[in-house]
Amino acid sequence: MIMEIKERVIEKILLLIALSSISILALIAFFIFEEGLPLIWKIGPRAFILGGRWVPSQNSFGIFPMIVGSFWVTFGALLLGVPLGLACAVFLSEWTPPLAATLLRPTIQLLAAIPSVIYGFWGLIVLVPLVRNYLGGPGLSILSGSVILGFMILPTVISISEDSLKALPPSYKAGALALGATHWQTIWRVMIPAARSGIVASIILGMGRAIGETMAMIMILGNAVKMPASFLHSARTLTTNIGIEMGYASGDHRQALFATGVVLFFIIMLLNSSAIALSRRRVS
Amino acid sequence: MIGTESQALNPKQILRHGFNPPTPPFAKGGKGGFGHWNLEFGNYLGFGIWRLGFLLFLLVVSMTMGCQRSKAGITVAGSTSVEPFAELLAEEYMIRHPGSHIYVQGGGSTAGIEAVKTHAAHIGMSSRSLMAEEKGLYAVTIARDAIAIIVHPKNPILDLSLSQIRQVFSGKIKNWSEVGGHSRPIVLVTREEGSGTREAFQKMVMEKEEISLESLVQDSNGAIRQVVAGDPNAIGYISLGLVNEKVKALKISGVEPNLKNIVYGRYRLVRPFLFVFNGSPKGEAHSFLEFVLSPEAQELLAREGLVTIRP
Repeated sequence: MIMEIKERVIEKILLLIALSSISILALIAFFIFEEGLPLIWKIGPRAFILGGRWVPSQNSFGIFPMIVGSFWVTFGALLLGVPLGLACAVFLSEWTPPLAATLLRPTIQLLAAIPSVIYGFWGLIVLVPLVRNYLGGPGLSILSGSVILGFMILPTVISISEDSLKALPPSYKAGALALGATHWQTIWRVMIPAARSGIVASIILGMGRAIGETMAMIMILGNAVKMPASFLHSARTLTTNIGIEMGYASGDHRQALFATGVVLFFIIMLLNSSAIALSRRRVS
Repeated sequence: MIGTESQALNPKQILRHGFNPPTPPFAKGGKGGFGHWNLEFGNYLGFGIWRLGFLLFLLVVSMTMGCQRSKAGITVAGSTSVEPFAELLAEEYMIRHPGSHIYVQGGGSTAGIEAVKTHAAHIGMSSRSLMAEEKGLYAVTIARDAIAIIVHPKNPILDLSLSQIRQVFSGKIKNWSEVGGHSRPIVLVTREEGSGTREAFQKMVMEKEEISLESLVQDSNGAIRQVVAGDPNAIGYISLGLVNEKVKALKISGVEPNLKNIVYGRYRLVRPFLFVFNGSPKGEAHSFLEFVLSPEAQELLAREGLVTIRP
């Protein structure tokens, strides 16, 4: 019965720890909303979200250029990351010679383990001068940011897509092959469509990662507050807006940064819940 | 050897024996009774844990609150541009005066001046001159910081007038050829909103004009220097003390940014670093100010790239 007491104590301790992690999330959410919402009401949700001018010293707080910036960068990252990641996932789940598998998987895991500041630094030193010298503009641009982010979301896209491809019943593949389809036809026409919801979930989670990335983007994007007009222009995302200005912000300016966080919070929640909904559908 | 080993082992064995009684006394109770006891004990324990957690929470809260009520000592608050230098000076001061405490906090020039007004801080740090409504306070210039306009070393431009710089940064001049350089688009690099350096640049150079929204924004002097050092078309502004061989500081209307020109007032992009007091400084605040104005402290500031008050 000492064991039983022990069990109960452990159970309670685990419960406490589990609750603390949730309550920290609740605290963060509460604090962001408490700090950010008053400003949104003060200047109006429409003016805040659709306003095109961000000049805190003149009390204009419009984050539309940053929403557009986040969208552009994320879109660019998906453009690069999804085809690469999906190809890699198909290769890993379908062909994988043993040597490649032992080499590829740890490498991909390593890709996820590299701190984002390293990606940012590499981008700043290598990629930015390349873009500046060969394509023009300042080099600190959406293009550079998208390429770096594309690499950063690869591990997410690869591992979840690969899992969903592997989770398919073997009869799908066997049936297609038995009907005379080639291996590629089986993959393209049967397996990828069947694993679609898992693949889409991986893309959405990759999007979440891309939207949330801050450090690397501060270093590479250039952080201009103007509405970006092309891939070679500098831009600012929602996260970098907070990251770059929080140091000296006070009063309304500080609240506006929290309000940016509120908008970011909603976008991330939307993405994550749609990813969860999609992966649930796959199970049922 | 054997003797010592057995001596070492024996107490352990005794201890182990002591901790493991052969049968716990309450094991003999009936099943129902025991279950009942256990349930109660579990409940008791559960409440205990909650209470413990609550107490811990209270403890943490009270500790952090305790921290804010500072011990005897003085608080220096304000401009984040002055903050690193003030921290350095405070460290030096505390080495010389063991037992005294100087707390240095950021917050910005305006917040620092406000804190001095309301007696929340003993000394305010400001990287701008006092405004008209702040004139009642007592301000001492502890050093000056020049702002240099920097370009890439390969840029043929050596000299710009203040109004040219203004037009460049407001986006009215977009090409280097308009100010006598190659036909290349100008890439502007500025500090982020709220930065003291940006505020000073805005006031001394831009006046009523707005810094172009197209300009790249970096969040430190070092980051601006890095961007300008890498881009032949870029122009930015940083503290003069941080200019190195990777960037070129421009002359302004023929005046080179150097110590002599700053001291004689010919180079105009200079902002004061002030210590602000409510009334004349007394006690610890006074002795800290004395230290800051002493030749050795001034030399320390000069080594950090500031323009000292005693040339």
